[in-house]
Amino acid sequence: MTVGQQPILELQGITKSFGGVEALRGVDFALYPGEIHGLVGENGAGKSTLMKIIAGVHSEFSGRFLIDGKEMHFRSARDAHAAGIAMVHQELSVAPDLTVAENVFLGNQPTNALGLVQWRRMAREAGEQLARFGIDVDPMARLGDLPIGLQQLIEIARVLFSGARIVILDEPTSALSPPEVERLFATLRRLREEGTAIVFISHFIEDILLVSDTVTVFRNGRKVAETASAATSKGALIEAMIGRGGEALEHSYADDLMLPQPSDSKVVLRVDQLSLSRSLQDVSFEARAGEVLGIYGFMGCGQQELSRILFGKLKPDSGTLAVDGTRKTFASTAAARRAGVALVPESRRDMLFHQEPVYKNISISILDRISALLLKPVQERDIAKRQVDQLQIRPPVVGLDLGMLSGGNQQKVALAKWLTYPPKLLVLCEPTRGMDVGAKNDVINIVRDLRTKGLAIIVLSTEPETVLSLADRILVLKRGALVREFRNEPVSKDRLLEAA
Amino acid sequence: MSSETALATGRRARGLAPFLRSQMRNIAPFLTLIFLSAFFAFASPSFATLDNLGNILTQVSVTGIIAVGLTFVILCAEIDLSIASIANVTGIAVAYFTLQESYVNIANIPLPGAVAIILSILLCALLGLVNALGLTVIGIPSFIMTLAMMQIAAGISALLVRGQIAYKVPDMITTLGSGSVSGIPWIVIVAAIMLLGGHLVLTYTRFGRYVYMVGGNREAAEYSGLNVKLILGAVMVISAVCSGIGGMLGVAHFGSAQQNEFDTYLLDSIAAVVVGGTSLFGGRGGIGNTIVGLFVLGVLNNGLDHVNIDSFLKILIRGLILLAALVINVYAQRLREKAAE
Ligand SMILES: Nc1ncnc2c1ncn2[C@@H]1O[C@H](COP(=O)(O)OP(=O)(O)OP(=O)(O)O)[C@@H](O)[C@H]1O
Ligand SMILES: [Mg+2]
Repeated sequence: MTVGQQPILELQGITKSFGGVEALRGVDFALYPGEIHGLVGENGAGKSTLMKIIAGVHSEFSGRFLIDGKEMHFRSARDAHAAGIAMVHQELSVAPDLTVAENVFLGNQPTNALGLVQWRRMAREAGEQLARFGIDVDPMARLGDLPIGLQQLIEIARVLFSGARIVILDEPTSALSPPEVERLFATLRRLREEGTAIVFISHFIEDILLVSDTVTVFRNGRKVAETASAATSKGALIEAMIGRGGEALEHSYADDLMLPQPSDSKVVLRVDQLSLSRSLQDVSFEARAGEVLGIYGFMGCGQQELSRILFGKLKPDSGTLAVDGTRKTFASTAAARRAGVALVPESRRDMLFHQEPVYKNISISILDRISALLLKPVQERDIAKRQVDQLQIRPPVVGLDLGMLSGGNQQKVALAKWLTYPPKLLVLCEPTRGMDVGAKNDVINIVRDLRTKGLAIIVLSTEPETVLSLADRILVLKRGALVREFRNEPVSKDRLLEAA
Repeated sequence: MSSETALATGRRARGLAPFLRSQMRNIAPFLTLIFLSAFFAFASPSFATLDNLGNILTQVSVTGIIAVGLTFVILCAEIDLSIASIANVTGIAVAYFTLQESYVNIANIPLPGAVAIILSILLCALLGLVNALGLTVIGIPSFIMTLAMMQIAAGISALLVRGQIAYKVPDMITTLGSGSVSGIPWIVIVAAIMLLGGHLVLTYTRFGRYVYMVGGNREAAEYSGLNVKLILGAVMVISAVCSGIGGMLGVAHFGSAQQNEFDTYLLDSIAAVVVGGTSLFGGRGGIGNTIVGLFVLGVLNNGLDHVNIDSFLKILIRGLILLAALVINVYAQRLREKAAE
């Protein structure tokens, strides 16, 4: 459809290295107006790096960079912005202490003749913009107080409506549930009609095939394929990504899946009548040793709050928790950990120390078990090394600062942290978010392995696939209440969506 | 600590320029120190002598002792504004519990020296504990909490001495504060031991790691199941106790205990920590940085005396140097983030 047209953006022979490591090698990339261009590739393949070059974040690289056929060199994100390029980063980059309205207008707030911010106008317009995108939220609320999925939606909305000619979305759907994803896609199609060029990165191949016109596949810093979406298939893309047959790797979960006979092993966690102001109502369930309990629900259904209560980060208004039959009121996360509970939250930013090396990120949760008073760095590194190998974290250097890892690899570190001395109860929020198909498979295997070791595992997710691929029993949470339990019966993506 | 690992990985994974950029926080204070020393050595013949080095060391000792605890606090991205007041009240307390000459008109309670010292340390620990509880249990920002404590400690000082001056402190404190052993002042030795101790705790113990982690990302520390409040509380108590020790030795060093005697030590201690390159945002820096900061401050103060500058101008110059250090501190953080992005 774009034949003969001039690309709005053209990159030729882009090479980028971080110190000795080459993140991109000789990549050519062209983007046309009115095109949605999908980008896929394994964790660490170089997708985000290329996009950050386009958005002016990385200004040092070699190769040619043309906009509308003219050679350009951005020195900062501001330059890129001025050229009409806007990007939603993989890591949420909102200002949590500002209001929703301020975030929407970040950098170009409406001002009056005196240069004062017109608050009322800003709030009204922000509210209107968000409503157009189907978001109903108080524009004057502090952004950091909203659930992470909503924050992500607001950031996406800001970028989509910024009037940019080139919009880059780096894994925008990872924190969204199906209805929001659909709204996002509808908006993307509308922008395409208006001539906007869109780059869309995702590990959900189906989404890529559904929404994009062209797909480019990255592997190891090189572009290995570029095809029209209509002319390829999921299997072919996965094969191009990882270099082996992909069919076995990814299930689509469209068909019914039979859940196993519920286990009658020991109850590790019993939750009774848990309520939290507007988030949770009378939630009761139990988790058993050697069982993976999935909790599925749309964004904002109370999953996040539930997970925080289990780990002592939030206190419920009423209701009780019992671990191994003993009633607990966790005064702190430290108390929850002592009781044998571990949590992997959905946000890497909250979970990890970006300025510290990988091994310190992994060892932090077990330091008290390996050292009474003095640190044992050698042992720490050994333990971290084992996890890095097991989870195939790339690059496999435990001394590297965490911030230098790609998004998916950071997520693996977040998981690695709790695997060394496994707890009794492991609570995983969106455990495969941001991971490529291969890594997702690894996580599935690890969780199964932990299950056979007798851990009780709770997986909370807004992605039906994640829950379906891991859980033995599934609870559906809807507006803070448990509305359905699937056990010992057939379940599929559609059945889950219907229940939620 | 983390600077060594950063060194190892930095060399392996990147070029020299990004490495230098990420190490700006450690390099800049050191260059400042070398520059200032060279400048004063050139400007005044009496500056670069062994005797004067001794002077500088003695002059920064009290600040050094107080700065040990403050380093912990700032590494956790908190602040303690009550250090000077707590130093003052502890110094006054130890004199209050000591028998004074008859002309000293203070209604004090003379006790044996060891008891006086223990009570005084308990006092500063208690004040630190109040800071800790205010910060962690009630949730008052440390800036405000310690501002209140600054007043409270000053109030206790005032009540104890009522405008008078006390001179006597227990013998052990007198020796440590103003005596010397084979030519080296005890107070320098105490400061060195405390700085070394602080460094060892921060670098080699689990608690030290926790301090860095809490400062680096408090949310993540909590999600790792660390008892963040306990760590913050401990840090506030450590700071108060270091201040108290500095206060007791300071009183012996100055030869008297009176109200407002330590007022300049608040700014000096904060300046030493920050000029040294410990990040105000927490998680970066350490005692090594504080030592460099102490020397920068010591050389500056001492050197300005040698070159006979208008003493009022001195104050301004110190202010400007502090401003420059703050700029570098914040800038170093940005450069590091840039290098890591
Ligand atoms: N600031 C940095 N310093 C050093 N290395 C980096 C930095 N940023 C990225 N890298 C490296 O560059 C490579 C490509 O990373 P990039 O973030 O582009 O991957 P990605 O394709 O986006 O992966 P993911 O799907 O996990 O997000 C990785 O090996 C990563 O470790
Ligand atoms: Mg990425």
